[in-house]
Amino acid sequence: MKLDELLIPDAIQAKLDLSTIDQTIQKAGELLVAAGAVEQRYIQGMKNTLKMVGPYFVIAPGIALLHARPEDGVIKSSLALVTLKRPIPFGHSTNDPVDLVFALAATDKNSHVEALAELAGYLSEEEFLQLLRGSGDTSSLKESIHFYIGKRK
Amino acid sequence: MVIATLCGMGFGTSMMLKLYIDDILKAEGIKAETNPWDLGSFKGNKVDIVVAPVDMESHLRDYPAKIILINNLVDKEEIKTKVLQAVRELS
Repeated sequence: MKLDELLIPDAIQAKLDLSTIDQTIQKAGELLVAAGAVEQRYIQGMKNTLKMVGPYFVIAPGIALLHARPEDGVIKSSLALVTLKRPIPFGHSTNDPVDLVFALAATDKNSHVEALAELAGYLSEEEFLQLLRGSGDTSSLKESIHFYIGKRK
Repeated sequence: MVIATLCGMGFGTSMMLKLYIDDILKAEGIKAETNPWDLGSFKGNKVDIVVAPVDMESHLRDYPAKIILINNLVDKEEIKTKVLQAVRELS
């Protein structure tokens, strides 16, 4: 599975005005629900993951990768992206505050790994991060990502 | 040599770390087995090196292996530097 199959265009939203971690998880989760990627209970699953294992999923400065388990109601492997108007502290020791939030749903341990590795590659590129952070509205964010990924093929 | 990559669930971050580390080791011609784990089922496994996100530090205190903590999980240079240093110390 490639990144452009995993990342659902309808589950991308830019510059949302949210102020808590809970709101952020809720919003990203609702995008996955609306896309038919997960059941409603998956949202609670992601919130529980945070409580259980702490903020380790802030994987890089300003970037969070949220997820729960396949058995928490995943229908199809998918990825949502929410960018925040105002960065929110997630309680991470070195990578706070967060303004780029990915929410991952995976049906198993392997199907999404190729796409995730592709994403990690992009997230290590300053140009891609500037594009994510610089897109002022949802349609330009979608277009920029589509263009950036397409360019690499 | 056995390397464990860890995250809370065992299929997101830990899988990404495994892919990175396999690439690094291959490029350096180092033979090692890399396995992704979730924190819950990991404890008790005998491994030489554990690679984990920095905020898991408190869960890994006193674990009998060399512990490597990564701040930025998409920074290949940080991962490479820390992993290779640990591998060399042990070999």
